[in-house]
Amino acid sequence: MVRIVKYVFYDILRTRFIMLYTLFLLLCTVAMFQLDTDTGKVILSLMNIVLMVVPLVSIVFSTIHFYNSYEFIELMLSQPVNRRVIFLSEYFAVAISLCFAFTAGVGLPMVLYGADASGFTLLYSGIMLTLVFVSLAFLSSVLTRDKAKAIGVALLFWFYFSLIYDGLLMWIIYTFMDYPLEKATLALISLNPVDLARILMLLQLDISALMGYTGAFYKEFFGSSRGLIFSSVVLALWITLPVWGATRIFSRKDL
Amino acid sequence: MISIQQLKKKFGKLWALDGVSVEFASGKSYALIGPNGSGKTTLIKSVLGMVIPTSGNIVVDGEIIKHHWHYREKIGYMPQIGRYPDNMRIGQLFDMMRNIRNNPPLVDDELIESFRLDRMFDKRMHTLSGGTRQKVSAALAFLFHAPILFLDEPTAGLDPVSVEILKEKILKEKEAGKLLIITSHIMSDLDELSTEVVYLQEGHVRYNNSVEELKDITSEQKLGKAMAKLIRGLEEKHVDVKITTNE
Repeated sequence: MVRIVKYVFYDILRTRFIMLYTLFLLLCTVAMFQLDTDTGKVILSLMNIVLMVVPLVSIVFSTIHFYNSYEFIELMLSQPVNRRVIFLSEYFAVAISLCFAFTAGVGLPMVLYGADASGFTLLYSGIMLTLVFVSLAFLSSVLTRDKAKAIGVALLFWFYFSLIYDGLLMWIIYTFMDYPLEKATLALISLNPVDLARILMLLQLDISALMGYTGAFYKEFFGSSRGLIFSSVVLALWITLPVWGATRIFSRKDL
Repeated sequence: MISIQQLKKKFGKLWALDGVSVEFASGKSYALIGPNGSGKTTLIKSVLGMVIPTSGNIVVDGEIIKHHWHYREKIGYMPQIGRYPDNMRIGQLFDMMRNIRNNPPLVDDELIESFRLDRMFDKRMHTLSGGTRQKVSAALAFLFHAPILFLDEPTAGLDPVSVEILKEKILKEKEAGKLLIITSHIMSDLDELSTEVVYLQEGHVRYNNSVEELKDITSEQKLGKAMAKLIRGLEEKHVDVKITTNE
């Protein structure tokens, strides 16, 4: 497995995309720190980048990478190598390099400029979101043989979780605003990894007071270690389930 | 050595393989013949585990290959169209393949030398011509002394000198007692290289016997003419079958 991961790594490094991505994140983070001295505000601005850009880059890059390594996968399949090992090696190599790029790009300036616990929450959420969207990308890649279609499906995932889902959630909340919705929305939020990451971060930033009673309820839930464990478990499910499904499909796929 | 039992494979609505049963014994050399789209490549890819059959069994060396992968150590495969990672150099590709198989100490680099591939080890795969790619594919297939060799259109796209080099190599391996399964549309090549004929048509095995036997029953000297006669005969029979079933 390590051997194949190594070859995929080598291939990813050759494209230089990861380097550009790291530089982009580095520039953004440094610029934010230069513009504002209040760490809390910087983290809040960075949060918006993390919630929009990280999922988009992760999902599009992973899908394109998968299709570009089709030849490599085909070649490996005729060799005495387990199919699952080939697929998971691809996954780990892509996931590790994207996580590394994110940690280096956002983490390094944080160490330099100094950041508190909210910075760590940001790093944690960013890494989790990267992993979730790489998983979704691999799922969309095995669903179809056509590269354009797979990228379409991947983008649809991104649109859905970043934009459409929130709209639906708002609609539900407004329609049923006469009922107590705290627990229902908590359940609905678990169905969207981006929202989960957003709430985790917002509660770290002490602006939850602006959200009234609901904010207080979430603060109580997500602020406690129970909430952190809950959200980590749900995010871990968001990572493992798509990969598991994709591996199953891949091991029965004709190539 | 390879036993295929009632193998079926459906692509969409089309049955690419429709109940293929055939035995490949070691030490023999099989010519896998059939029109385009008759299921030759699908059959080879099924044995390699690249295509997952809809039903039926494939047994390699007494082991049903479903979900297994160790058996592929025994197989050398030369694909019809070799596709390789674009950014890799030829040398890196060979290193990688060796590495994947745990760096066996004894490799067969005869073809690398006779095709002079070692002189262009630092060329990238995407800069190679179709013929050079074929040479790389051939060299890779023979590299690990695999006892079973699948050669999918080995001579297509090669220059005349290289064709002769490859044919000599194939004959040498045949003498060494390896199992060879070769598909090709060039009958004169198959006449030299193979001892058995398996004729596939629309996913069925329509003929499976030795080359000698085929030449005998058609009373032809050359495999090409014998095959043409056989196919015409089969088609006439095919028409007869159709008429009887329609009634």
